[in-house]
Amino acid sequence: MDIIEIKNLNLFYTNFHAIKDVNMKIKANKITALIGPSGCGKSTLLRTLNRINDTIEGVRIEGDVIVNGKNIYDPDADVDRIRRNVGMVFQRPNPFPLSIYNNVAFGLQINRLVSRKDETDFIVKESLEDVQLWDDLKDKLKMSGLELSLEQQQRLCIARLIAVKPEIILLDEPCSSLDPMATAHIEELMQELKSKYTIVIVTHNMQQAARISDETGYMLLGKLIEFDATGKIFTNPSKQETDDYVSGRFG
Amino acid sequence: MLRKFRDSVIEKIIFICGILSIVFVVLIFGFLFKEGISFFKEYGIFEFLLGKYWYPTSDPAAYGVLSLIVGSVLVTLGATIIAVPLGIMTALYISEIAPKGIRDVLKSLVELMAAIPSVVIGFVGMVTLVPLVKALFNVPTGLTAFSGSIMLAFMAMPTIVSISEDAIRSVPWQYKEGAYALGATKWQTIRRIVLKAAMPGIIAAVMLGIGRVIGETMAVMMITGNAAHIPSSIFEPVRTLTATIAAEMGETVKGGLHYKALFGIGLVLFSITFIINFIADLFLNKNKKR
Repeated sequence: MDIIEIKNLNLFYTNFHAIKDVNMKIKANKITALIGPSGCGKSTLLRTLNRINDTIEGVRIEGDVIVNGKNIYDPDADVDRIRRNVGMVFQRPNPFPLSIYNNVAFGLQINRLVSRKDETDFIVKESLEDVQLWDDLKDKLKMSGLELSLEQQQRLCIARLIAVKPEIILLDEPCSSLDPMATAHIEELMQELKSKYTIVIVTHNMQQAARISDETGYMLLGKLIEFDATGKIFTNPSKQETDDYVSGRFG
Repeated sequence: MLRKFRDSVIEKIIFICGILSIVFVVLIFGFLFKEGISFFKEYGIFEFLLGKYWYPTSDPAAYGVLSLIVGSVLVTLGATIIAVPLGIMTALYISEIAPKGIRDVLKSLVELMAAIPSVVIGFVGMVTLVPLVKALFNVPTGLTAFSGSIMLAFMAMPTIVSISEDAIRSVPWQYKEGAYALGATKWQTIRRIVLKAAMPGIIAAVMLGIGRVIGETMAVMMITGNAAHIPSSIFEPVRTLTATIAAEMGETVKGGLHYKALFGIGLVLFSITFIINFIADLFLNKNKKR
């Protein structure tokens, strides 16, 4: 089942044409990876899926992004609701300067998803369990989220998303500031989360895309060159550009 | 050889310039302390701090500064209550909400406000605000603690606005992005994340603003009425510590008890501003560490 459908998407930063005519269908409960050299537009494309690009001045977007049958770029679309449904994890872990508990409860509180304290407590526990932080941190929930290790911070950021129960999780190079061990742990976590969420990940690490994703899109200069099953992209791509990149001749 | 010599001379000159400011502060403090302490010995520190009557020219003279301290505190408190919310909201508007054109204009206006000499603020307040307060609140004179508070709020605003604006602007963009990505509205992001992250800087800004107000002399002297008594409301004239020194220093006999009493006041003021700056510093450092 396709949960996201991108149709004729174009994006401009003032005069720079960053995304050119992208068409793409992303399947539910799969991990979809976007790869390509720096500046190819893969992060920008990812950031159109929850409209977080709207917060940058001078961005203009044309085309449709249909999530669950609804175009999120409709003039009357509820942006806050879209962002809650399509969560995002960033390149650098960015926990809020709040306690661990309040980091996870933040999304619940601002969206008024729960009214009772014990419900919040329960969801905080559940979310931290899902990212395997609960056992380590259950006695330190009042500690600031900034005091955690980078890996734990990134897990906390994922827990913070899970708490508001999104359908889709976008990850923008989530391991680029982590060491190899931490990267392996986060990758494991993604495999576990796949059953409940649709995951779209941008990575500049081709091995990572090959290891974890079901489908992979290769982008170059704002265009989606090829999009297919990960195995096919890495072993038998249909386009020469893709072959050049995945075999290391370019990029 | 010559190069080395020149290098060491320049180094020494820079060292002397650097050390001079410390020397001056120490000298000023030493001088204040010497005169102040000799006054406390002669008159008694508790009689000085807790005495209600400031009658330096009566016989016998009374040098109680309680009414002056109350005057200073009252005016400062009033100015703080007005300037803090206004200043923080202005800073928020400038850094988070205003479009670029308006932001630049507002920022330069705020900086311009800081450049207005205090005597001008006092003068403008005297001819505009003072009659207004008198008419509006139906009090015998418009020269009140209330009028002083309003004019001093104008003087604290630029400090509060520009330093809080720096603090708010230095909140990492990633925090805001993270909040937006969870479906937070702009206001929720500002209130729950931005203000929280910027809080140490904002507190430091408020402290420095208060420091400016408490040390201000000219404007309060012109507007607050200078009556050395403990007021029963903010619509009465008061006299501040600073205004007392400024008004009386010219009329005392050098080395006399009155002269020394004014140094005692100076010492009190110095202690208050020292503590306030110290608190501001604590918060600014806390801000840097994060």
